[in-house]
Amino acid sequence: MKILVPVKRVIDYNVKARVKADNTGIDLANVKMSMNPFDEIAVEEALQKKESGEAEEVIAVSIGPSQCQETLRTALAMGADRAILIEEDSDVEPLVVAKLLKAVVDEEQPGLVILGKQAIDDDSNQTGQMLAALLGWPQGTFASEVKLAGDKVEVTREVDGGLETVALNLPAIVTTDLRLNEPRYATLPNIMKAKKKPLDTKTVGDYGVDVTPRLTTLYVAEPAKREAGIIVESVEELVQKLKDEAGVI
Amino acid sequence: MNEMEDFNADMLDGLSPFYNDSHILWRNQLRRFLAQEIIPNIEEWESAGELPRSLHKTAAEFGLLGFGYPEEYGGTSKGIDPFHRLLTSMEMGRMGAGGIGASLMTHGIGLPPILAIGSEEMKQRIAPAVLAGDKIIALGITEPSGGSDVAAIKTRAVLDGDDYVVNGSKMFITSGMRADYLTCALRTGDSGSSGISLLLIEMDSPGVSRTRLEKMGWHSSDTAAIYFDDVRVPKGNLIGGENQGFAGVMHNFNGERLGMAAGCVGAAKACLEEAITWARQRETFGKRLADHQVIRHKISEMVRKIKATQSFLELCAWRVNQGETPAADLALLKVQATRTSEFCAREAAQILGGASFIRGNRVERIYREVRVNAIGGGSEEIMLDLAARQMGI
Ligand SMILES: Cc1cc2nc3c(=O)[nH]c(=O)nc-3n(C[C@H](O)[C@H](O)[C@H](O)COP(=O)(O)OP(=O)(O)OC[C@H]3O[C@@H](n4cnc5c(N)ncnc54)[C@H](O)[C@@H]3O)c2cc1C
Repeated sequence: MKILVPVKRVIDYNVKARVKADNTGIDLANVKMSMNPFDEIAVEEALQKKESGEAEEVIAVSIGPSQCQETLRTALAMGADRAILIEEDSDVEPLVVAKLLKAVVDEEQPGLVILGKQAIDDDSNQTGQMLAALLGWPQGTFASEVKLAGDKVEVTREVDGGLETVALNLPAIVTTDLRLNEPRYATLPNIMKAKKKPLDTKTVGDYGVDVTPRLTTLYVAEPAKREAGIIVESVEELVQKLKDEAGVI
Repeated sequence: MNEMEDFNADMLDGLSPFYNDSHILWRNQLRRFLAQEIIPNIEEWESAGELPRSLHKTAAEFGLLGFGYPEEYGGTSKGIDPFHRLLTSMEMGRMGAGGIGASLMTHGIGLPPILAIGSEEMKQRIAPAVLAGDKIIALGITEPSGGSDVAAIKTRAVLDGDDYVVNGSKMFITSGMRADYLTCALRTGDSGSSGISLLLIEMDSPGVSRTRLEKMGWHSSDTAAIYFDDVRVPKGNLIGGENQGFAGVMHNFNGERLGMAAGCVGAAKACLEEAITWARQRETFGKRLADHQVIRHKISEMVRKIKATQSFLELCAWRVNQGETPAADLALLKVQATRTSEFCAREAAQILGGASFIRGNRVERIYREVRVNAIGGGSEEIMLDLAARQMGI
């Protein structure tokens, strides 16, 4: 079985994002970028399945500018077998990504696609679900455990108030949550060897997918500054403030 | 950001022209390696007084030992530039256990003279075993009579048939208790720098003895006084030509200074992180420590010095990457960095209060390490003097 792992190049998890002066988006010029942490978990899970003999091949795919090669190299350095870069300089929305991934799935016929549950840049949390819908495959999202059993995959999901386990028929879509695993570190020799692993570069045109945005970003702003708390003197004052200032009662 | 979260100094970095994805890829993998393989063991190794040999193996497999060394000896050098190096030292410094980096990476001072002026036979014999973590190599320059004045070393090697016979001693040698090999500066000729040779001494040779030195800090690093009593060293172990050793010793310095400066910036950031995290959580006199102006100033002063030092560091790294050897600036940079980490260790300790005096936290350890940074690898006094000389003053 092949496992396909889409990986996204995002602003590094430690960097404080800065809004562009004209409020049209986040400033990405000269900002440290790295692989979306949820995708690293996805790569790790796929590699574990390969190491246990449950999968034969792990393929990483990324959609974005040419620098995504480095992101794919991370996946290859961790142990993925080969990579596909679909080069596209414009911002791609989750639906476009899902359509492109569907095209890759049609070509590669993986038994499992493991995605991060969301990317830490836009936190959309849509791509895995959209891909499942486009393919008509079952989906197990927010996985904290993924067990392969014959032609099924059992996915333990983190839901409000507990854990839910679903059994899906393969082929299936899984999206990862934080507690699924602890990704391995790629060794420097493997980082270097990764440069020699196959990396195919494609364009969106190769897949005939229309990347025209359907969403318009109106305005991007910094989150409102949290104001210091106050201590109220009495219950009456609390009620009055909730009524007059917070407007919640 | 959540008030209760630990402060991460990465948040202070803005846009930078110096880092590309490959730098960040390496830094992130290194961070993960340190978090998994080293940080959980710091206390154990600090108490043990030395690193386990198995760590050298693990670090070799990860690629840390071979980092920057020629591929033909088992290293990894293609695609590595001074910014990868700088990030490596900075991340290791950030652990707040400088002895680990010093002792695990002693080959960083022991091996370059061999690679620079040693014979091909010697490179083949020594470098792969060291870079694979099978053998430990140390550098012996300093003697009981002094370290700053390298040209004045006294320990002698006298040719007798096919062997040199070595008598004398070396002092403060990092990894000296565990070392298999010592790249050792010895007097083979007249006084001064033109009478010095480098010999590779195999530490199991008869006549070599060593004593462990207990230190203020760097407890994970074994430091030794080494004594030579009629130690016979085959002529073939001469590194470079006879009386040509001084150049080999000098070969280390610029790279070492850049690395030490980056390590000190990392340590200073560790102090800053601990201080800010604490100042936002601790309350005194009815408000957060971070809301007292005196404390806010301390934090801003720390950030100011860290940013100035890091900017200087990155510019020096950029110049080295252009092929320049800015010796005066590297000397000044080292002083700038050691002073910054010393300042930050002090201010962070003040902010942490009594907690900073209790064993087992980064600030407490770093506070005990600031002296060795300011003295080893070229003391502040010597660096400032060197810079003045380089500037023709
Ligand atoms: C933990 C630790 C590990 C070390 N590891 C190694 C190692 O692995 N290998 C090795 O060879 N050495 C090692 N050293 C030694 C280190 O390099 C020396 O301590 C350093 O070079 C200073 O030499 P010294 O201690 O003999 O001081 P000295 O040279 O005696 O100097 C004493 C003081 O006088 C100052 N001074 C000296 N000359 C002048 C001058 N002309 N003008 C003004 N001030 C001056 C110095 O700055 C210093 O403050 C280590 C030291 C320590 C503490």
